Amino acid sequence: MAKLGGVAGIWLDDHACVEAAAKVRAAGFKKFDAITPFPVHGMEEAVGIKRSWIPYVTFAAGTLGLASGVALQYWTSAVSWPINVGGKPFFSGPAFAPVMFELTILFAALFSVGALFAACRLPKVDPPVIDPDLTSHKFAIFIPENDVGYNAERCEQLLKSLGAVETKRISAY
Amino acid sequence: MSEASMNMASEVARKPLILGNKTYKDISDDICEPVEAAPGKRWLALLLSAKGLFLFYLIHIAIVVSTGMGLLGVNSPIAWGTMIITFVFWIGIGHAGTLISAILFLFRQKWRTSVARSAEAMTVFAVMTAGIFPLIHTGRPWLDFWLLPYPNQRGPLWVNFRSPLLWDVFAVSTYATVSSVFWYVGLVPDFATLRDRAKTKIRRLIYGALSMGWRGSARDWAHYEMVYLILAGLSTPLVLSVHTIVSFDFAVSQLPGWHTTIFPPYFVAGAIFSGFGMVVTLLTLVRIGFPKFKDYITIDHMEVMNKIIMATGLMVGYAYGSEFFIAWYSGNPYEQYAFINRAFGPYAWSYWIMVTCNVIIPQLFWVKKFRRSIPVMFVVSIFVNIGMWFERFVITVTSLHRDFLPSSWGMYEWSWFDTAILSGSFGMFLTIFMLYLKFVPAISIAEVKPVLYVGRQRPGGH
Repeated sequence: MAKLGGVAGIWLDDHACVEAAAKVRAAGFKKFDAITPFPVHGMEEAVGIKRSWIPYVTFAAGTLGLASGVALQYWTSAVSWPINVGGKPFFSGPAFAPVMFELTILFAALFSVGALFAACRLPKVDPPVIDPDLTSHKFAIFIPENDVGYNAERCEQLLKSLGAVETKRISAY
Repeated sequence: MSEASMNMASEVARKPLILGNKTYKDISDDICEPVEAAPGKRWLALLLSAKGLFLFYLIHIAIVVSTGMGLLGVNSPIAWGTMIITFVFWIGIGHAGTLISAILFLFRQKWRTSVARSAEAMTVFAVMTAGIFPLIHTGRPWLDFWLLPYPNQRGPLWVNFRSPLLWDVFAVSTYATVSSVFWYVGLVPDFATLRDRAKTKIRRLIYGALSMGWRGSARDWAHYEMVYLILAGLSTPLVLSVHTIVSFDFAVSQLPGWHTTIFPPYFVAGAIFSGFGMVVTLLTLVRIGFPKFKDYITIDHMEVMNKIIMATGLMVGYAYGSEFFIAWYSGNPYEQYAFINRAFGPYAWSYWIMVTCNVIIPQLFWVKKFRRSIPVMFVVSIFVNIGMWFERFVITVTSLHRDFLPSSWGMYEWSWFDTAILSGSFGMFLTIFMLYLKFVPAISIAEVKPVLYVGRQRPGGH
């Protein structure tokens, strides 16, 4: 998300914004985005966003957590300093299950949130504000200037015809 | 919400989740108001009283740490006392928050959105409060880093991974980390709302930093919703594992009254029971403090939680009965004695307080009028809190005070410091909770908006 200009249209109703997004997509735009105060049902399909890839990170991190749980307990209890506790085997599988489980969850959760921050490119310092009410009660569609067939006037007309109450030329997105 | 589900909703005549014909802007205004307005006198008075109690707590912890654990009532047969009892109590309280925020999310319970934020805040603060007790209970808290498996110069000598107490270290610290992260992820969009509403530069800076520059683009929301679902899915087995592992602290020993297989489900049910008791206590107070929140946390919300209190109370009651049955059925004289001693021995008073508060009093909620009465539910929830503290007291003290050998029997020597530490922990919890109410939106703004039109016609006929 380099400094990118474009045109934004603003809606007051979430359903109208979703319908407009679907039509902007039908008009051939590919890189446009919607900005909403809450996750609007159906917006992903309307904008044409693919399913998030984060679950793969979760799975890999969970597996890594499980492996570290096994490795940590095996190495400390059976290799580095094996101690006979009540005649139990040095590698006491069932007794090691709780820590393996907790580390699986811990790794999976932390890496998923880390992946979320990476995917959304957070933290952002002073992101450009199209309209301060977009985190409260307004909904926007933004068409960047590098999108297929971009033309500022035509985009403004399109957004207005789809019911935008306001359109804005944006110099930085 | 899609057309189809809207139609279905009108067919079953669903009650609105949010009252007062709000718009999206009203929601932002109402929920941000306590955070943006100048603090009221009542809030300040409550904060200062809670803080006073917190200071009292810190002083008594300092005395106990500098003098020694002997100031508490712990002694030779009863080596686990107030510290462990109150630890289990506070950890249990936290469980309801995760149940609401994670398990009810997976079950698509839309009513959870109004109460999830505060319930989860309660989880985080209760776990913080709980975490202090085992650390002090070690007797030499400045050596608590020995609980962690870190490379050291003593061999290296490692922790014993076969001990349930060590499992607890991992379970509780994972629980604290994951619930804090889950809570924070939920807060990010709301911090962005506060940032964009900020009137002063410093406010904009602080909430801007907390929101990490969140913008709410559709691509971000797609990832966000996925991570929220993943965290809910991870927290669900996690919360069940935490109280299971806490119960292992008892169940893995061979003491009569502790060494039973019913402990994990019994502890988890009790934890959810006590946690909902605390959620109801806190939310009745929040509704009084912020009258506008009554449109969001409605009587219907409170009633649903009271139903859960009654259901989990019955599960706990079943566990009490089952323990007695199994003690008799096992034919083990030590086990049988442990339970007869619980109900009729020198600590019978605590056992019957527990049964009265946890099993008998919640039966009031069979009556719809009582389920929907704020004064009744407040009083019942206080009794649930008292009863669940006594449950842990009964489990810990009655089993320890008379074990196999009558020559080693004894009584818990309750002292002033036990009282101070127990009551003071509420000071810590309430101080953090009061600060939370002032600085963080106490209802999830971004989660409440999508359920605004449940049970209500959308303007424009959608």
